[in-house]
Amino acid sequence: MSTPNIPMEKIVEKKPYFKYLRLNKMPTIWCPGCGIGQAFRATCMALDELGIPNDKVAMVSGIGCSSRTPGYFDGFTLHTTHGRAPTFATGLKLARPELTTIVFTGDGDALAIGGNHFIHAARRNIDITVVLINNWIYGMTGGQVSPTTPTGSYATTTPYGNYEPQFDVAKLAIAAGATYVARGTAYHAMELKKLIMDGIKHKGFSLIEVLSPCTIVYGRKNRMSIEEMYFWFKENTIPVKAWEKLPEEKRAGKIPRGVLYHDDSRPEYTELYWQKVKELSGGEK
Amino acid sequence: MAAKGIVVVKEEWCKGCNICAAVCPTQVLKLDKVKAIMTVAHPEKCIGCKQCEMICPDFCIYVFTPEEYEEIVSA
Ligand SMILES: Cc1ncc(C[n+]2csc(CCOP(=O)(O)OP(=O)(O)O)c2C)c(N)n1
Ligand code: SF4
Ligand code: SF4
Ligand code: SF4
Ligand SMILES: [Mg+2]
Repeated sequence: MSTPNIPMEKIVEKKPYFKYLRLNKMPTIWCPGCGIGQAFRATCMALDELGIPNDKVAMVSGIGCSSRTPGYFDGFTLHTTHGRAPTFATGLKLARPELTTIVFTGDGDALAIGGNHFIHAARRNIDITVVLINNWIYGMTGGQVSPTTPTGSYATTTPYGNYEPQFDVAKLAIAAGATYVARGTAYHAMELKKLIMDGIKHKGFSLIEVLSPCTIVYGRKNRMSIEEMYFWFKENTIPVKAWEKLPEEKRAGKIPRGVLYHDDSRPEYTELYWQKVKELSGGEK
Repeated sequence: MAAKGIVVVKEEWCKGCNICAAVCPTQVLKLDKVKAIMTVAHPEKCIGCKQCEMICPDFCIYVFTPEEYEEIVSA
């Protein structure tokens, strides 16, 4: 049965997080079932629940399918060069500390070409929230292997299977100095919203890794359907509290979700910067 | 039994990925494979859980309470 067409204003009225969408740019370019939309919705819902107005948010990205997100976001947006989103975001945050600054990035963008930029933003503990879409592949350019492609799975550049080990994104971020680190999935929508919300609230560098299906490129290469990919996240991830209670041998193959690290004790970089400016200028900004 | 939720699909944005139908606990939804658009095959079975809305990566399936829906269409 076809359903009646309801005017968009009515939908926005009933679903207030829709106010963050550039409705005239929809539908998105993403492939059917692609999980990036899930991370985007979770972010919009988080902003809405925190009551942050559109003109108090800046969304910054690099290059990749995941980096297309700001194009659909009705706030300040900055679509920059490949791997450099954390760097542009650093400059933006220093100049405009009152803006909630969110980076949308991918596993290739943040961890391959942009690995350096990513770890140094984390090291400085600047108040930026990074939503990293980990879809295990370079989606946009047709499916090359990435630093997170699972060992044994297929990419266009690993026709015999990937034999490289992969980054654990969360551990990498913690080691580099991030002070809020969480992992969610495209399947667990409400949990993801909460993780992003807490990341935005946290004063310091926040990383939310989102396990997300690249349905068309990774899925096809690895013979997984859209449903199989979403249900894979349901079956192979567990809340971190339950994961911690598992004996070592039962942890194999299970990925913990939730808040993996949270430290409020370290100074935040923007504050240090403005303190220094004040000190050197002998008084007010 | 009266439906607890009224489901609406915004067809122009739907990409026919089928994930909403895959998570619906009561088989309300059915994909039109020719048009690659989700359809509401059994509206009466909807329990209003919103799982379909919350998993649609394309912002194009909406669940309203019967009261909300009434208010929208009568306006
Ligand atoms: C300097 C530069 N090198 C290479 C590219 C080509 N390129 C575009 S997107 C991309 C990979 C993106 O991968 P990821 O960040 O995982 O994004 P996804 O598409 O998977 O979301 C590459 C290598 C580019 N645009 N610029
Ligand atoms: S190529 Fe992959 S990541 Fe890019 S839009 Fe398609 S499914 Fe999403
Ligand atoms: S609200 Fe729940 S029961 Fe109703 S169509 Fe959506 S998933 Fe199915
Ligand atoms: S999840 Fe959304 S895009 Fe996919 S079939 Fe359902 S309504 Fe369409
Ligand atoms: Mg990727």
